[in-house]
Amino acid sequence: MWTLFHKFGSPKWFYGIATRLMPWLLVIGLGLLLAGLVWGLAFAPKDYLQGNSYRIIFIHVPSAFLAQSIYIMMAVAAVVTLVWRMKLADLFVQAVAPVGAVLTFLALFTGAVWGKPTWGTWWIWDARLTSMLILLFLYFGAIVLGSAISDEKASARAVAVLVLVGVVNIPIIKYSVEWWNTLHQPATFKLTEKPSMPAEMWIPLLLSVLGLYLWFGWLACYRMQTEILQRERRTRWVRELVRAEGH
Amino acid sequence: MSGNVPSVRVVEARVSAGQAMWAVVRRDLRSSFRQRQDLLNPLLFFFMVVTLFPLGVSPEVSFLQQAGTGILWVAALLSTLLSLDHLYRHDFDDGTLEQMVLQPQPLFLLVLAKSLAHWLLTGLPLVILAPVLGVMLHLEGNSIAVLCLTLLIGTPVLSLIGAIGAALTLGLRAGGVLLSLLIIPLYIPVLIFGTGTVGAAMEGAQVQGYLALMAAFLVLALTLAPFAAAAALRISLSNS
Repeated sequence: MWTLFHKFGSPKWFYGIATRLMPWLLVIGLGLLLAGLVWGLAFAPKDYLQGNSYRIIFIHVPSAFLAQSIYIMMAVAAVVTLVWRMKLADLFVQAVAPVGAVLTFLALFTGAVWGKPTWGTWWIWDARLTSMLILLFLYFGAIVLGSAISDEKASARAVAVLVLVGVVNIPIIKYSVEWWNTLHQPATFKLTEKPSMPAEMWIPLLLSVLGLYLWFGWLACYRMQTEILQRERRTRWVRELVRAEGH
Repeated sequence: MSGNVPSVRVVEARVSAGQAMWAVVRRDLRSSFRQRQDLLNPLLFFFMVVTLFPLGVSPEVSFLQQAGTGILWVAALLSTLLSLDHLYRHDFDDGTLEQMVLQPQPLFLLVLAKSLAHWLLTGLPLVILAPVLGVMLHLEGNSIAVLCLTLLIGTPVLSLIGAIGAALTLGLRAGGVLLSLLIIPLYIPVLIFGTGTVGAAMEGAQVQGYLALMAAFLVLALTLAPFAAAAALRISLSNS
């Protein structure tokens, strides 16, 4: 069990696995994503109320989904970093934090673009919008702290503590923002009306969510590999790898 | 090197954790009373930020009554943030902090003691000053009382959460700004409930439930934050 554990934590081992896995992730992920997007944007039926503008849901919902689950994944990796000091886990946290921030931004941006025709305004201080904005702040905090500490190990562990503190706070923030919103002004709009969605709409949506997840898997592997090569550049296996690739 | 370094009294292994905490609190209070300017600065900042709003937005009674609690809470939050940078700074510079980490008593208790001292030195004065500013912002008597109560429960939470951020950014060059970036998102729930409670009181609603929720935040912060701050301290010290 422990040998497996150590093997799993070794960057070299991960590099090999990732190299084999990445083409699959990329091809299937991009395929699903493209299929979902093309289907959703071009062929899915119009919404009877919102017309074509609802189609941004096929970008908005997947990125919002992923933005939230990346933070959860980061928190899991943070626990692994702090408890077992596994190198891969801290590589993961630092590699995906910017991706999470970009996706959160994308979710907010597409939300704003969607909000303009539907609600008549770019931004309202709706509970969900606000908590996404705070999530973006949390991502920024993790990125900034990570880059401010020069020592790799200390930086990884400090970010891990911050991410864990953040993940404890996320439910509190979410509920307090909802409470705050309902106190001051009753929710005027519901963001998504899922149950009433016909299959021609939710299938492409599901496809693009799955595709984005797989594509994220590819991107995470790619970024982690780059980081591994940089950190382990003095080890023998990396030198041999580089020589074999003829750079 | 040795002469003027403010020394922690050497704590023997049989000193109980409670005694050690008390020693830390007493030492922090004493050393700040010897540098009174540091004590006064957050308060002055609090006062001045509050003054900016009537000048910058509107001195009208109706506006101030509506926005007053928010202004006071935001100002209290900012001035706590401002003072957090000093929480470990001196102890870090002169090596006291490393001695604290080496103590046989659990580090999280010592961190808890330091947070408590920080609250006594910055949070509590804010609570005491708040009624004066509340009157200046034309808040009514009842809402001032509730406001002070929320500040009394809320500012320790700010100190405790802030201790985590201060520990994480210890010894970094851009520590102060970075600290704000890390901590402000975590302060949002306290701010929402703090102002929300006073808002409810203004509308004549019962506030016990809201206060109980804030107290729950305090309990949560008391039990969890010192652990995170202690872990962060160890990381920062191992880095330097």
